[in-house]
Amino acid sequence: MKMTGAQIICESLLKEGVEVIFGILGGVILPLYDTLPQYPQLRHILVRHEQGAAHAAEGYARATGKVGVCFATSGPGATNLVTGIADACLDSVPIVAITGQVIKPLIGKDAFQEIDITGITLPITKHNYLALDTALLAETIKEAFFLARTGRPGPVLIDLPKDVQINQADFSYPEKLNLPGYKPTLKGHPSQIKKAAKLISEANQPVILAGRGVNISGAYKELKCLAETAQIPVVTTLLGISCFPESHVLSYGWLGMHGMAYANMAIDAADLIIAIGMRFDDRATGSVSGFAPNAKIIHIDIDPAEIGKNVRVDVPIVGDVKGVLNELNKLIMPNEHIAWIYQLDQWRKEHPSIIIRDCDEVLPQYVVRQIYEKTSGDAIIVTGVGQNQMWAAQHYFFDKPNSLITSGGLGTMGFELPASMGAKVGCPDETVWCIAGDGGFQMTIQELATIAKENIAVKIAILNNGFLGMVRQWQDLFYEKRYVATPLNCPDFVKIAEAYCIPGITVKYKRDVGPAIEKAMDEPGPYLVNFMVEPEENVYPMVPPGASLAEVMEEPKKGVSKWQPQNTP
Amino acid sequence: MAATKHALVAMVTDKPGVLNRIASLFRRRGFNIESIAVGHSEVPQISRMTIVVDGSTTQVEQVRKQLEKVIDVIKVSDVTGEGTITRELAMIKVKTTSANRSEIMQIVDIFRANIVDVSSDSVAVEVTGDEEKVNSLYKLLRGFGIIEIARTGVIAMTRGGVSSSMMEVKQSKTRTKKK
Repeated sequence: MKMTGAQIICESLLKEGVEVIFGILGGVILPLYDTLPQYPQLRHILVRHEQGAAHAAEGYARATGKVGVCFATSGPGATNLVTGIADACLDSVPIVAITGQVIKPLIGKDAFQEIDITGITLPITKHNYLALDTALLAETIKEAFFLARTGRPGPVLIDLPKDVQINQADFSYPEKLNLPGYKPTLKGHPSQIKKAAKLISEANQPVILAGRGVNISGAYKELKCLAETAQIPVVTTLLGISCFPESHVLSYGWLGMHGMAYANMAIDAADLIIAIGMRFDDRATGSVSGFAPNAKIIHIDIDPAEIGKNVRVDVPIVGDVKGVLNELNKLIMPNEHIAWIYQLDQWRKEHPSIIIRDCDEVLPQYVVRQIYEKTSGDAIIVTGVGQNQMWAAQHYFFDKPNSLITSGGLGTMGFELPASMGAKVGCPDETVWCIAGDGGFQMTIQELATIAKENIAVKIAILNNGFLGMVRQWQDLFYEKRYVATPLNCPDFVKIAEAYCIPGITVKYKRDVGPAIEKAMDEPGPYLVNFMVEPEENVYPMVPPGASLAEVMEEPKKGVSKWQPQNTP
Repeated sequence: MAATKHALVAMVTDKPGVLNRIASLFRRRGFNIESIAVGHSEVPQISRMTIVVDGSTTQVEQVRKQLEKVIDVIKVSDVTGEGTITRELAMIKVKTTSANRSEIMQIVDIFRANIVDVSSDSVAVEVTGDEEKVNSLYKLLRGFGIIEIARTGVIAMTRGGVSSSMMEVKQSKTRTKKK
C-alpha cells in the first residue's frame, strides 16, 4: 500500500509500540506533524524548548525502560536537542530523536534552518541516519529502535528531509534487520564466569560494585541472590542507586566523590571488586591510580570497550548483566564474611556520612529526608545536577528498583524538570518528585507550561539556596571563598508557578517542611514547593577532585581552603 | 608499555559517512592515525580499511574495541606481527641532472622500483614494499633533492590460506540469513 513518508514513520512508530512523543514542530517537519492527527494512538506532547523534548524522552525511557521518542525541526530545533542526546549517550538511555531536514536538493546549500545534525550528533549518538529514501524509512525506524534499546542502550537520531516525508512508497514493516556490524555479546563466556566464581570463593574482603547496567538489565533478583548467597556487601555507583535495596543489611551505600565514607572505605580495603554494569567513571573512582589498591577486579559489562578502559581488570566478562549473573549464581557456593562485614559495620558506625545535624534552619538534607518519609520511599525521584542531586541521592533511601532518575555522565543542570515530566507520563501511577536546585530549575523552567497544559502531576521541590551551590562549594573549599558568579538572584518561583496556573508554596521554616510536602502530595495535579534552605550548606562526605577514595573528607576541616587543586579533572 | 605500530584491518559497510565516523572516533578518543587506506574488499558493499596506529597493545586494543562499536564497522582485526604482509606504494619525484641520473637509476634498480616519468631535470620513481623499504629508498634519494612524495599508506593482509577478517564476517552473514 502506498503511503507518504510521514505516514510510514507513524505506522512504524506504532509497530515499535510508541505511545508518546515529545516535540516541537517547525517548517520542515510539518508534513510529519500534519499526519499525526491520523494516528490518535500517538500522543504528542508539545514542549516549550527542544532540550525539554530530549530530556522528557529520556525521563520516559529511564523510568519505563522503553524507548523514548522526541521530534524537532531542522536547524535550531535539532541543535537544541543536542544536550539531551548527549546526556542519553553518556548514561546509556534509549531514545530515538527524529529531526526535520530541508528538502534534498537544498542539502549542502546552507539553506534556511539547514544544519548538518547527523554530523553534529555523530559523536553523541549510538548511531544516526540521514534518511534519503522514503522506501527505506520503515527499515530505518526498525533499525533505530533496535539499536537504541538493545546491547548497551543509547540515543539514535534520524534526520528526515521534508521531501522524504512527502514522497510516497510502499509500506511494509520489515521483519528482519540487516546489521552485520552489530552483534552485541549477551552471553558471558563460561570459562570467564568460572574464573570469576573461583575468585569470589577465594576472596576474604569482597565488594560488589553495582551500576546502572543492573537497572537497565533488570537484574535485581540476580544481584540479590549473588550478594545473599556469598554474603558480599554491595556498594553502588550514583546511577546504580536503587538496583539493590538500600535498607538491605548488605547494602553499604554508594561510592565516589559524594558517596558514603564507609562505601569508599570498603572499596579501598577490598581484596575483590565485582563490578557489575558500570564503567569506572572518574567521579566514582577518584584517582584511578589509588583506586582499590589491594583488589582484584571482576568486570561484567555488555560493552567490551568499557573493559580495561579506565582501570586494570583481572577477569573481564562481556555480556548482559542479568544472564551473566544467572550463570555465575549457579557456581556460587554459600559463604560468609563475618569479620569483613563486621569491619564495614564498624566503619559505618564511626563514619555515618548521612547524619543530619540538629538545627533550626531548613537544611536541604532535612527536606529530602522529609520527602522520603512522606512518600514512604515509594516514589520516583528525579534530580537536577549539583548539590541537590547529591543530597537527594544521599538522604532519600532507595529500596524500590529503578526509582532514581538522575543525569550522571553529562551532569546536565536543567535535566530535572523535563525528565520528571517524561517519567510521570511513562509511569502515571507513580508519585514523581522532581528535586531541583534553584540554578538548574531556571535552565528549563519553561516546561512548567507543558506540565500545566498537559496536567502532568509532578511534585517539584526546589532546594533554593540562592547559589549555583556545588560550584560555590568548590569556591568555598578550593578558591578561598571567592564566590565569583555563583550567587543567583532568584525570582519568586511560587509566583512564576502561579503564572503558569501551577499552585505552590514557599517554605522558610523547618516546621513547615513536612506539611508542605503533604500538601503537594494531596494536590491531584502538579505542585511546586520552594524550600528556602541554608544558603552555604556543603555536601559531605567529599573526595576532593583528583584525590583517591581513601582521602574522603567527612566534614569541614580547618585549613581545607588551603588545599590546592592540582590537575583537577 | 612500549608504543609500536599496529595495522588494523577494518571491514566496513560501504555507506556514506563511514570514513567520517571512523575519523571522528579517532579524533575524540585522542588516538592518532599514522596512515589509513580504503578500498573495495572481495565482498560487494563492503570496504576494507587498513589503519596504522601507534600505541601500546592496551591502547590499540581500546582503539579496536571502540572501532567495533561503530555500527557500520563489521569487524576489526589487529594484523600486526610476523604473519602479516604489509605493502605501501609511493611515488617520489627527485631532482636530477645529466650527471647523476644514472646513479639514481642504479638505486632504483636495487630497490626493484620503477621510473614512471622522466624530464630534463627530474625523475618520478614508483616503489612498492613495506614501510621500511619505502623509507630506505626515500632516505637514499633525499640527497639528490626531493621535489615531492606521495604515499598511499600501508595495506596489510595475513599470510596463508585464511582471510584476515572476512571468515567471521561471512559466517555472521549466513547466520543472519538463517534467521
